[in-house]
Amino acid sequence: MAAEGKTIDALSQFELTHAFGPVGAAVNFTQSNAHMLAAAVVIVAVMAMGIAPRAVVPGRLQAMSEMFYEFLENLVTGQVGHEGKRYFPFVFTLFMFVLFGNVIGLLPYAFTYTSHIAVTFALAALVFIVTTGVALALHGRKFFGYFFPEGAPLWLAPIIVPVEVVSYLSRPISLSVRLFANMVAGHVLLKVFATFVVLLGGLGVVGPVMAVLPLSVNVLLIGFELLVAFLQAYVFAILTSIYLHDAVHLH
Amino acid sequence: MKPVTLAGLMALLATSAARAVETVENSLEAQSTEASGGMPQLDFGNPLMLAQVIWLLIIFGVLYYVLAHVVLPRFDSVLENRRNRIQGDLEAARSAKAEADNALDAHRRATARSRADAQAAITEALATAQADATAQAAVLNAKLNDQIAAAEARIATARDTAMGALREVATDTAAALVQRLTGLNEPAAIDAAVQRELTAQGRA
Repeated sequence: MAAEGKTIDALSQFELTHAFGPVGAAVNFTQSNAHMLAAAVVIVAVMAMGIAPRAVVPGRLQAMSEMFYEFLENLVTGQVGHEGKRYFPFVFTLFMFVLFGNVIGLLPYAFTYTSHIAVTFALAALVFIVTTGVALALHGRKFFGYFFPEGAPLWLAPIIVPVEVVSYLSRPISLSVRLFANMVAGHVLLKVFATFVVLLGGLGVVGPVMAVLPLSVNVLLIGFELLVAFLQAYVFAILTSIYLHDAVHLH
Repeated sequence: MKPVTLAGLMALLATSAARAVETVENSLEAQSTEASGGMPQLDFGNPLMLAQVIWLLIIFGVLYYVLAHVVLPRFDSVLENRRNRIQGDLEAARSAKAEADNALDAHRRATARSRADAQAAITEALATAQADATAQAAVLNAKLNDQIAAAEARIATARDTAMGALREVATDTAAALVQRLTGLNEPAAIDAAVQRELTAQGRA
């Protein structure tokens, strides 16, 4: 499509369409949601099938699923402390959902739901609501002391309180924009270089030879994007843990 | 011929490069004009956007429920079970080691005790043997001393007898010599002279 029109169309890959035919269209089920469903099914399948043998000495799949489990358990308990175990399933679900969204999105023809600011912002807003809810439930009114550190001179309050409030409110924005921007940038780059390959391939004798260049760039980019996919999921999870730490301990 | 081919190739390369650049530029222009339409992600008027988020919340919620209440607790029990098993094995190993240490200690103590016993027995046997030997030597010495004393007494008697006989012989010889030489018979004077001479020689 892009090559036929002799244009680079890097953004149409992010367009939402209906999935699952007329049934999906009736309930506005998008292809983005279909990929979320696929990711969720894969996550549950990997974890449930991994732990199914319940072996004392784990096999490969069990070792992998246990690795996911213990990696995030250590991350949450390391950041929040031992009482953070309660919030582990939430952080685990977030991490796996983002990671599998990023990785599945790298497959050919796949859609990357983490490249939609609406999706990442919804997840970040969920984190914001959960952490604020936890803080309010644990500390009640004392939670608002978070915005004015104890021992600071009172006359600094007009400066400190707005700064703290703004930084607290900007958390979901930075959390969502970071993931969104990373995924969009990666996929746009991949698409641009892939289009170069097609355009150059159509240029007579020398074109295919020159097309090797953007192709090799894309090969490198895919490896880089795999790193970014994992890294951004990790960042999302560890920031959530840090916010939970603040909610549980108030600094 | 050769330079010409090279030049031709260069020209071909240059033209195709130029065409490539042109195409890319064209497409980038097209892209930028199209981009004024905006990214699909920022098209919040699209009803699919809201639907996407609602379905996201549903799917994420179900995923969270399944993981938190069905899948992850299984990991908890399996990992806990493994930890307990390893802990139990370690404790068993530790107690086995303590037992072995105790046994080794007992063995060492028994060895030391038996060595001391053996030493004592050897010392005792040596002392007994020495005492026996001393006693036997004493008995033997006494017997020998007795025999020596008896022998000495016999020698003294024999000498005394011999000494007595000597006086008789001397007296008789002196009397006979005096008789023959002088014709005198004075036994008292001879006896006295013999007595004097024997005394002088220490044989009286």
